[in-house]
Amino acid sequence: MTLDHPVALAPADRAVQLLGGDLTEKALRLHLDGLSGVDAVGLEQRAAGLSTRSIKTSSKAWALDTIIRTCDLTSLEGADTPGTIRSLVAKAVTPDATDPETPRVAAVCVYGDMVPYAVEALGSLHAAGGESGIQVAAVATAFPSGRASLAIKLADTREAVAAGADEIDMVIDRGAFLAGSFAVVFDQIVAVKEACRRTDGTYAHLKVILETGELQTYDNVKRASWLAILAGADFIKTSTGKVSPAATLPVTLLMLEVIRDWHRLTGEKIGMKPAGGIRASKDAVRYLVTVAETVGEEWLTPQLWRFGASSLLNDVLLQRQKLRTGHYSGPDYVTVN
Amino acid sequence: MGFLEYAPAPESAAILNLKAEYGLFIDGEFVDGHGEVFDTISPATEKVIARIAQADGKDVDRAVAAARRSYEKVWSRMSGSDRGKYLFRIARLVQERSRELAVAEALDNGKPIRETRDVDVPLVAAWFFYYAGWADKLEHAGLGPNPRALGVAAQVIPWNFPLLMLAWKIAPALAAGNTVVIKPAETTSLTAMLFAEILQQAELPAGVVNIVTGPGSTGQALVTHDDVNKVAFTGSTGVGRMIARSVAGTSKKLTLELGGKAANIVFDDAPMDQAIEGIVNGIFFNQGHVCCAGSRLLVQENVHDEVIDRLKQRLSTLRMGDPLDKNTDIGAINSAAQLERIRTLSDVGEEEGAERWTADCVIPDKGFWFAPTIFTQVSPAHRIAREEIFGPVLSVITFRTAAEAIAKANNTPYGLSAGIWTEKGSRMLALADQLRAGVIWANTFNRFDPSSPFGGYKESGYGREGGRHGLAAYLASNGWEASGSSSASRPVTKASKTTKKAVAK
Repeated sequence: MTLDHPVALAPADRAVQLLGGDLTEKALRLHLDGLSGVDAVGLEQRAAGLSTRSIKTSSKAWALDTIIRTCDLTSLEGADTPGTIRSLVAKAVTPDATDPETPRVAAVCVYGDMVPYAVEALGSLHAAGGESGIQVAAVATAFPSGRASLAIKLADTREAVAAGADEIDMVIDRGAFLAGSFAVVFDQIVAVKEACRRTDGTYAHLKVILETGELQTYDNVKRASWLAILAGADFIKTSTGKVSPAATLPVTLLMLEVIRDWHRLTGEKIGMKPAGGIRASKDAVRYLVTVAETVGEEWLTPQLWRFGASSLLNDVLLQRQKLRTGHYSGPDYVTVN
Repeated sequence: MGFLEYAPAPESAAILNLKAEYGLFIDGEFVDGHGEVFDTISPATEKVIARIAQADGKDVDRAVAAARRSYEKVWSRMSGSDRGKYLFRIARLVQERSRELAVAEALDNGKPIRETRDVDVPLVAAWFFYYAGWADKLEHAGLGPNPRALGVAAQVIPWNFPLLMLAWKIAPALAAGNTVVIKPAETTSLTAMLFAEILQQAELPAGVVNIVTGPGSTGQALVTHDDVNKVAFTGSTGVGRMIARSVAGTSKKLTLELGGKAANIVFDDAPMDQAIEGIVNGIFFNQGHVCCAGSRLLVQENVHDEVIDRLKQRLSTLRMGDPLDKNTDIGAINSAAQLERIRTLSDVGEEEGAERWTADCVIPDKGFWFAPTIFTQVSPAHRIAREEIFGPVLSVITFRTAAEAIAKANNTPYGLSAGIWTEKGSRMLALADQLRAGVIWANTFNRFDPSSPFGGYKESGYGREGGRHGLAAYLASNGWEASGSSSASRPVTKASKTTKKAVAK
């Protein structure tokens, strides 16, 4: 064992507050290694227990609307075109043409180069960070693999923000994380956060994707969640949707527990976004139950909770129609985008 | 109304097809009892569900005679694989009628449907499936070649898991080739009656299982009956002592599953969120009406405040109320008498200087309810640290070192179960070695499996139920000879001959 020179970290505010001004990789590592472990069996049991909640009638109606209101309607395909993005936006604005009471989704989530088309298609409905309207979220930092130089990741981010993205969904460097280079992961998040800064000094919201399917263990997910929050994440997000497994209920529960602990410690509320693999309303409702019973139902707003999904929306709309009319329709009674 | 006040999601009691009155189940038929008929009520509403027959000494005689007859004429002559077929059939019928059984159990016992549906009834089926598999493999039970059935088993079970305890008793007894007379607890006879219907559906030969309902006196008549060969009891240590006394000096084989005051030991390196869940599951599962409940929380001093803080936060999300609502976590206390006992001991706890905290629950007007309660500042000398409360009451005691944890955990007349929460595997194993308890859970609590033996040290009883070990309670090795010439011992010898003959064929 050799005595290395301490690796200084970028002075992110939260980390400085928690770990002290002399911010080094060692201090960060000590904190992350000192977190209590996660018992996989127990965690999965708790998630299974939460899944047995029976959400009926008025609670179900509220839940379905909340799923829509907190949905990041997503299209992240190599084959995306300005046309498909305009279609996505139209769906986001009018999820269900048969019922004008249907809430709008929280955001559309697209690749960085599609941001201008999304912004243009939204027009006056672009929330631009405000409370009403629809946000534009862009995946950045060489999504989904994150395998590019920092310079490219930052350029990717800046370009999306400049084009009008209100939210940036970045990926962490999983390779660096698994190799134990916490400083690399940490500094990149801090740098990307800084790249989210607009010319007027405000920041685009930063969602940090952990890609939990590649982190392998719940202990790693817990450490990565803390690391992302300490580095300045506004949201922590499970997955890109390009790796299997993507979002699972136990992983989401675990990340929510970290968010709850951060809130207990500092009073600050961090957002959560499970993404990928949530296709059925029934599953989505289980996520809402997990949020409500872990961090509290005040988290169930678009400011603190999002679903990253593409096919989920139409299933929710079908369920919503069923609740409204008393009978099931079918996939041809909701619109494709 | 907030989202968390989930809209009611009640399971419908209309699925039940209950009779207004249930007789005793003797020799394959429902018959009237000679004692006074009594009501069984729903502890959540105090409403009468059905009327239950009461067996007196004569009825018990009849039941034991039926069991003896079917033991000699049918069950002991049947091959193990045929006995197994009946047990498999019962298991499948339990699964088919699981929803009905879950509703009936929640209604009659007061425990939430979430537990009867997800724990009690699935385990009942699992127990029958498991022992069905043993029925033709008894020579592998560790008792030597051709172990023999004992004869007629008298079984008395408690009210906390009415149907599950019935399964724990009946399944191994039948697999081993015994016949049974069983007495359910006075307040929870309903699911035993539905089970009798299942036995009729399964066409189990008449008299193999007989069910006599009634109060303690019925149980007394049963366990002291001259013509039973085996007594199995689950319940309080007090009653267990009485039974042991009454069985002493006879050739009856006895197993007792009695009380407990389990230590749930949380170290500072525990997986914290899962430990909190484990503490909750340890003591608030089934309203704390669990003999192996983790009623003493031993928590390492340096994490005491954090654990208690998190625990209180978690408890405030528990939902108490209608047992038939699928979102209910905590149901009703089983009886007024039990509620009184919990109240009394809790008051004593306060008087002795422990600090009481109770979750903020709305208590329904009717029925028997007790909100989840934690006592901190508890010393091992307090009564709430020593006596079994058998309710949703947790006593918190601190320790500093592993040695202190072991000393405090073992400092109880009981020894049924214990829990250890740590991320360090070596510590887990070292502690498990030194804790004097029959079941030790590591990083979990209150998990049951038919293949795992269950039973206690010291005043928690003797004998094991479940697994291969559970068979030993209902079998005698071939080297075993009945001593004396009591009426009970003779049929056993006779039975062994028929068993041998069957094997020779």
